[in-house]
Amino acid sequence: MSSLLSDELMSAVGRTSEPHREIVTRRDIRKYAIATDSQQAKYLSGDEAPPMFHVSLFWDVVPLAELTPDGVSIDSLLPTFPLKKAMAGGLKIDYFRTIRPGDWLTATRTLSAIYEKAGRSGALIFYEVVMDIVDDENRLVIREKTTRILR
Amino acid sequence: MPTAHTALQLDQLKVGESLPQRTFTPDNKQLFLYNAVLWNAHRIHFDHPYAIDVEEYPGLVIAGPLLGDWMHQCIEQWLGSSGRLTSIEYSNRSASYIGESLTSGGVITQIDKANRQVTLEVFITNEQGDIIAPGIATAELT
Repeated sequence: MSSLLSDELMSAVGRTSEPHREIVTRRDIRKYAIATDSQQAKYLSGDEAPPMFHVSLFWDVVPLAELTPDGVSIDSLLPTFPLKKAMAGGLKIDYFRTIRPGDWLTATRTLSAIYEKAGRSGALIFYEVVMDIVDDENRLVIREKTTRILR
Repeated sequence: MPTAHTALQLDQLKVGESLPQRTFTPDNKQLFLYNAVLWNAHRIHFDHPYAIDVEEYPGLVIAGPLLGDWMHQCIEQWLGSSGRLTSIEYSNRSASYIGESLTSGGVITQIDKANRQVTLEVFITNEQGDIIAPGIATAELT
């Protein structure tokens, strides 16, 4: 059995966030397309949302008092890990449906896995969060899996 | 080489064919706007003294997901209206900083004619040519 992953920590696997429902607006799409330096007219006009727009739509909006001194918010889905320093992570995104202004989308996040691996300079903890985004007819629009590494 | 303005023909695509590359040199304004649209207040992206003195980075850190956007853009510019991007998997391998120029690109690694599916390796490289974000994506041609 690994040394870093206590039973208590592992019991957090399967934890799910409250569903988070947001509306897509043309203005938000335009801002996103410009900020990412898109060259596609359909995104710059806001007619359609570019891929990864959902990252901005479902970014946590928290009161100022809940930001840490370095300016990030604590992800309440996550347990307290024994390793703190976040390293580069990865994303896997499956796209099922096009997003347009006026769409209401609902995201639900699940902590789907925690595991440990030996790194070059000590143990690493990996965790995975799956975010399912559905429309108001409960059709899957995007599934995103984030993998984060802690050292 | 096909461009976004020329419809892609599945029969004419070849494994090993490269996607058009694009070089980005994000500045403080773009990094600010990108983090503003996310609502991301992480100080390593806008507070230069904090990034250097406290977090000990060599400069303001270019937000990792922005590199993901550029990989998506590389694929979609190549695809044009000939198909759609159905999935992508990528990782941010090392950080990059304001002042650097980064280049997006990709190559066709597999063509599944029966399902009209193309698999692509995509990447972001830094000025030294190191791949700082590798990815694999799938597109479906219409």
